[in-house]
Amino acid sequence: MKRKNFALFLVLLLAMSMFLAACGGGGESGGEGNGGESGSGGSDNVLNVTETQDIPSMDSALATDAVSFNTLNNTMEGLYRLGENDEAVEGMAEGEPEVSEDGKTWTFKIRDAKWSNGDPVTAHDFVYAWRKALNPDTAAEYAYIMYDLKNAQAVNAGEMAPEELGVKAIDDKTLEVQLENPVPYFKQLLAFGTFLPQNEKFVKEQGDQFGLEANTTVYNGPFTLSEWKHEDQFVMKKNPDYWDADAVKLDEIHTKIVKDTQTDVNLFETGDADQIKLSSEFVDKYKEHEGFFTVKESSVFFLRMNQEGNEVLQNVDARKAIAKGFDKKGITDVLTNNGSVVADFFVPEEFAEGPDGKDFRETAGTYLETDVEEAKKHWEAAKKALGQDQVTIELLNYDDDLSRKVGEYLKEQLETNLEGLTINIKQQPFKQKLDLETQMNYEMSLAGWGADYLDPMTYLDMYVTGGAHNQQGFSNAEYDKLIQDAKTTLLLEPEKRWDALVQAEKILLEDEAAIAPIYQRSRAYLKNPSLDGVLFHKVGPDTTYKWAEFK
Amino acid sequence: MARYIVQRFIYMLITLLIIATITFFLMKLLPGSPLTNQEKLSPEQQEIILDKYGLNDPLPVQYVNYMTNLFKGDLGLSFQYDNRPVTTMIGERIGPSAYLGFQAILFGTVVGIILGVLAALKQNSFLDYTATTIAVLGISIPSFVFAGVLQYFLAVKFPIFPVAAWEGFEYTVLPTLALSVFVIATVARYMRSELLEVLGSDYIMLARAKGVSSFSIMTKHALRNALIPIITLLGPLAVNIMTGSLVIENIFGIPGIGQQFVQSILTNDYTVIMGITLFYSALFIFVIFIVDILYGIIDPRIRLNGGKK
Repeated sequence: MKRKNFALFLVLLLAMSMFLAACGGGGESGGEGNGGESGSGGSDNVLNVTETQDIPSMDSALATDAVSFNTLNNTMEGLYRLGENDEAVEGMAEGEPEVSEDGKTWTFKIRDAKWSNGDPVTAHDFVYAWRKALNPDTAAEYAYIMYDLKNAQAVNAGEMAPEELGVKAIDDKTLEVQLENPVPYFKQLLAFGTFLPQNEKFVKEQGDQFGLEANTTVYNGPFTLSEWKHEDQFVMKKNPDYWDADAVKLDEIHTKIVKDTQTDVNLFETGDADQIKLSSEFVDKYKEHEGFFTVKESSVFFLRMNQEGNEVLQNVDARKAIAKGFDKKGITDVLTNNGSVVADFFVPEEFAEGPDGKDFRETAGTYLETDVEEAKKHWEAAKKALGQDQVTIELLNYDDDLSRKVGEYLKEQLETNLEGLTINIKQQPFKQKLDLETQMNYEMSLAGWGADYLDPMTYLDMYVTGGAHNQQGFSNAEYDKLIQDAKTTLLLEPEKRWDALVQAEKILLEDEAAIAPIYQRSRAYLKNPSLDGVLFHKVGPDTTYKWAEFK
Repeated sequence: MARYIVQRFIYMLITLLIIATITFFLMKLLPGSPLTNQEKLSPEQQEIILDKYGLNDPLPVQYVNYMTNLFKGDLGLSFQYDNRPVTTMIGERIGPSAYLGFQAILFGTVVGIILGVLAALKQNSFLDYTATTIAVLGISIPSFVFAGVLQYFLAVKFPIFPVAAWEGFEYTVLPTLALSVFVIATVARYMRSELLEVLGSDYIMLARAKGVSSFSIMTKHALRNALIPIITLLGPLAVNIMTGSLVIENIFGIPGIGQQFVQSILTNDYTVIMGITLFYSALFIFVIFIVDILYGIIDPRIRLNGGKK
């Protein structure tokens, strides 16, 4: 009995003490809260931003996602980096590279620059990093971005030793790169995260810890990662040893991990964040705000129409009817509401410049614009040819909020405009949707594609016969030939190559209506009006802070 | 008692083993692979990477490999957070979740018990109705609504507390309040009904008849018996809250484990799914075990030794 009394006494005592502790703490905290806030708000040269997730990897060979590439871009530097309008500007490479006659051998001079541990950046660092990324043991998911390097594909497949890769250090400051083909956009490609150098000695010292913490990673970029509290926040500090340190204006960049969009907005409202991504539901509220702006991305959303074993979608009239039969503007104006634009194309706007210095879209036309009358005609023709009055098509969709709305909108529009058409929506988690598409086990699907490099080819070579991402049984001999030529024989004749790409897109959309383009995505932002000079990119990293400043 | 504990411990291990096995095979039924760049990779490129991770081996082989490592205490490396050990990830993220959960449970239980007792003592009074209303609201309104309201009023409109982050005690106040609402409501409701039942029972009447003071009746006889169901309730509730609330952590930017678990399932991060599931299970089983032992101490009617023969 004694023991039980004692236990009860303990429980009560504990309860009381907790209560007191909680009350006492609550009162005290108010003051601290105020103190903390005034501390973090003020300083001019500290940029506060947010990301929706922690950095998955600071190992450039393994990085695959936006946050990693963004942080890598601001703390490290490759031969080139992306500047204004995504032009390639000098990074570790000094001056113009020497390019051989056939465009396949490039020789770069490496500038005098230092890693944050004091070691010099050398040509060997590039050789090491690139071989590592392509070595199958590394299991790098972006290895394919390097397949233009000589022997890269064979090395990645384990058929050749990494030493046979077409990259070598002539001496500490000279890097020679050999390509399979003279790629016209190679300089910009070199700005991609997977091409960043790695300090072999440092990487080996850190072993399996490399890239996992701020101090087990080494930097050569405008900033260094000085603090990394996982899932909480990370801090980049200006790198005093950076070769172009004079150009860097910010002292620190604090990135807080915030997953909730309302919280993001609240942080902006209280001045705890200087720049945030704004989700669609907040756009109307902040549209008139001085710091509101939108940035076009390279991601294009479209309907895949799987022709494999599907009589209806094999019919070109049916495909055209679907592609023209819904109002795209309704989606960009109401559903996405973040600056996204109607896509009557597959290669996005303001994305790739041709040899004439003009945007690809200016040279190429627009295709498959919304035209309900025209769509109805095509639909009647299709029904006649098929001998069917009622047609049912399944639409495979992502399961996020926006896609769900877009899917329902498409269903409503198409069913109204095209008589006798029934659309059944099948929503699946992302991974399951990808699987179904890979197995071509679907009829139509809402899909998106973003660019890996700044050339229309990143979109157009998807649809060559049997291509890994074709996934809808599309095949057109003329299209295949144009793409093949643009990848090989026309590489040294930029004008003709450009023309071939324009023609290819025309076949894909105007003649074949293989896909139904819907919109090109944008992101909406809200920033502190005095913040200036943050660059936004369409490939690789989202942003560059090197030239950012508060005015 | 010692024998009972050893026996329970063995059962706990067996339970964990079964959970690990079932989770492993169910997880492998998830469509897709753990690759983060899957949509851009051709099937050949995917093969290269899956081979490297041994994910192309037959399932039984993968299972045996995983279990062997598990017995060595190695939970493997995350796929989504390249090469980060799962044990480190859980270690880093459980801290904030557990801290918040603990605070919310403490605060919630104390307030809940007080509300419940007051309501029971002054049955059908204004106080009782207020407490009941609070309880009903607390249970029916989801905690993220409270979180949103608290954040808006106490951090944006009247900046008393910070909006979100994890930098000190003041950052924990709002999330703790938001989390504890449900606890307060649940505990208060149970406390009230249990106490009313106990107060109406024969032995309390006997005690009153014998002239024991009201205070003494409350603390010695009534409260103690009424607390038993609360303890049953608190165990699972504590685990539930300490393992992280997805929405609360998202809203207040807390680097906890709740979000990680959901994310790992969406991205097929096999090792993390297994790691967190096992961790949760172990915690849960352990808490139930503790609750069982506490029973024996608090409730004289329960004997763990299976009776004296």
